Amino acid sequence: MTALSQLFEKTRGENRAALIGYLPAGFPSHQECIDAVTAMVEGGVDAIEIGFPYSDPVMDGPIIQAAADLSLSQGTGAKEVFSTLKAVTSLGTPAVVMTYWNPIERYGVENFAHSIAEAGGSGVITPDLTIEEALPWRAAVKKEEINSIFVVAPSTKDDRLAQVTAECSGFIYAASLMGVTGTRTSVSSSAKDLVTRIRKVSTTPVSVGLGVSTREQAHEVAQYADGVIVGSAFIRLLQESQSMGEGLIRVRELAQSLAQGVRR
Amino acid sequence: MTVNSSQQSEILGHFGPYGGRFVPEALIEALDSLTAAYESAKADPTFAAELDHLHKTYTGRPSIITEVPRFAEHAGGARIILKREDLNHTGSHKINNVLGQALLVKRMGKKRIIAETGAGQHGVASATAAALMGLECVVYMGEEDTKRQSLNVARMKLLGADVVPVTQGSKTLKDAINEAMRDWVTNVDTTHYLLGTVAGPHPFPTMVRDFHRIIGVEARAQVLELTGKLPDAVLACVGGGSNAIGIFHPFIDDTSVRLIGLEAGGSGVASGKHAATITGGTPGVLHGTRSYVLQDENGQTVESHSISAGLDYPGVGPEHAYLSDIGRAEYQAITDDEAMQAFSLLSKTEGIIPAIETAHALAGAIKIGRELGPDSTLLINLSGRGDKDVDTAARYFGIPL
Repeated sequence: MTALSQLFEKTRGENRAALIGYLPAGFPSHQECIDAVTAMVEGGVDAIEIGFPYSDPVMDGPIIQAAADLSLSQGTGAKEVFSTLKAVTSLGTPAVVMTYWNPIERYGVENFAHSIAEAGGSGVITPDLTIEEALPWRAAVKKEEINSIFVVAPSTKDDRLAQVTAECSGFIYAASLMGVTGTRTSVSSSAKDLVTRIRKVSTTPVSVGLGVSTREQAHEVAQYADGVIVGSAFIRLLQESQSMGEGLIRVRELAQSLAQGVRR
Repeated sequence: MTVNSSQQSEILGHFGPYGGRFVPEALIEALDSLTAAYESAKADPTFAAELDHLHKTYTGRPSIITEVPRFAEHAGGARIILKREDLNHTGSHKINNVLGQALLVKRMGKKRIIAETGAGQHGVASATAAALMGLECVVYMGEEDTKRQSLNVARMKLLGADVVPVTQGSKTLKDAINEAMRDWVTNVDTTHYLLGTVAGPHPFPTMVRDFHRIIGVEARAQVLELTGKLPDAVLACVGGGSNAIGIFHPFIDDTSVRLIGLEAGGSGVASGKHAATITGGTPGVLHGTRSYVLQDENGQTVESHSISAGLDYPGVGPEHAYLSDIGRAEYQAITDDEAMQAFSLLSKTEGIIPAIETAHALAGAIKIGRELGPDSTLLINLSGRGDKDVDTAARYFGIPL
């Protein structure tokens, strides 16, 4: 069982949702990313998603695009992603990598899964890998005993929802709305409907992402989901802060606030 | 060897190892609906009749063929025949696909279309179809391209479309596609993404090809009628590859006919500043499909370079990748300079100003004609006219504006 799966057993036992934080590797710089993730964990984030910055992030809004561009301009690649992952898992925190498919294919499907396992990672979120194209990936993930996390959306029909969620382990990533990543003033009502539909076809934990940025939103989502994913809100704080010191303080404060939110 | 590549595209749209769907799950339902709508339209004779009527009364089909002997003197004396897609309404082959998809949009009951454009030809064609059919139209165009192709930006606006300059990344076609996909993920209930080339997730590579097959079907019959035999080679420029697949596809089973795609070699493939994806790229996934991609060792897309905005794309349609791998089609790179010389040559010898995209195919014809000699016949897809390129060409040749 991966550290991620153990986490959900624990949070279910504590009758709360897990708080999952996202940050792209190499943002704002290689070491500052690790510092920021450490601050997130200190503030109460339960698990970390390390993003593999990609040149063509079609699922991401302007905040993550800008972060990925900055990271890529500093030369972030697979090596930096895995060393960041290793730094996070060394804190004793469950961590996964979130990446578009092409960097995996370029690195080598089996090698990628192996490097994840070697860095102590629990799995990989693949937002643009469809189950029809996932056969080699599923074999690699199974061999390395890590989690494969696919994203489902409000538009996903019931029969397909059953097929996709059957391929998920660790958790199922439920996109709260039809759209790209970014902060929103409210959590779409489609999130709750989607989670309800997932519950009918799967017992795997469900985490909700896209548009969650405040304690109130985290609290709302925690009423029906097993995990709450926050990304753009953390990135925005780092982008807006005058110094890294200020950024780390604000990131830790947001993590603390969200951590209160996920407790029902 | 008999290769019917259409047999390769099964339900998931694969061409050998290429094609498929690599997209957010949010888009699967829309792609499935589109596939179903397209399959039902294909089986419906009224759809074919409607499209045929538009082609005859709006596009101006069939487009003619023109033999160009004065140009051919510079191409080893080969017999050279142009398929005149430049004479279509809106000035390029793009209208064939756009009208087909716009009719589908009406069948699906959607009211809004979005499109990406590089040179602006697909954007203009989309804006035109939207005006004709009363649809809302938003065109995403790289900011860099809005400058290179300002005339087409104005045309789209005159036709009632919103043109959104894309300021991310390299500010060219690739980034316009990213932005269009983000719009589509967000507005998929009401919106159809009218993709302009034979790339992207299934069913686009197959469907867009089918809408452009009319180019090759007409040209094959026209050349047979004129010359009494099949051409020795069929040439077309390749960016995403829509005009090329349109003219190639009906010739695929004619194994005596060489199919030659001319990619944008920019400053030369060796310089790294090019858009010759098959010649200089490697297999990978970009914009929802597996094909050849210009990418680095981490799988990051590398920026492409070409004097031609319409070919300035670091990907290529998956069927071309497959045709290249199995050896049924050949792909060669033409540099900016070679393309501009051919641009000038056709203008001055035949009174036809081609699009700079198309000039890459003409430069290829000069090389292949010299290789095959005076007994050979070459068919070239003259995919677009050069009015939109007057600024760029004047600057290139030092003509004051």
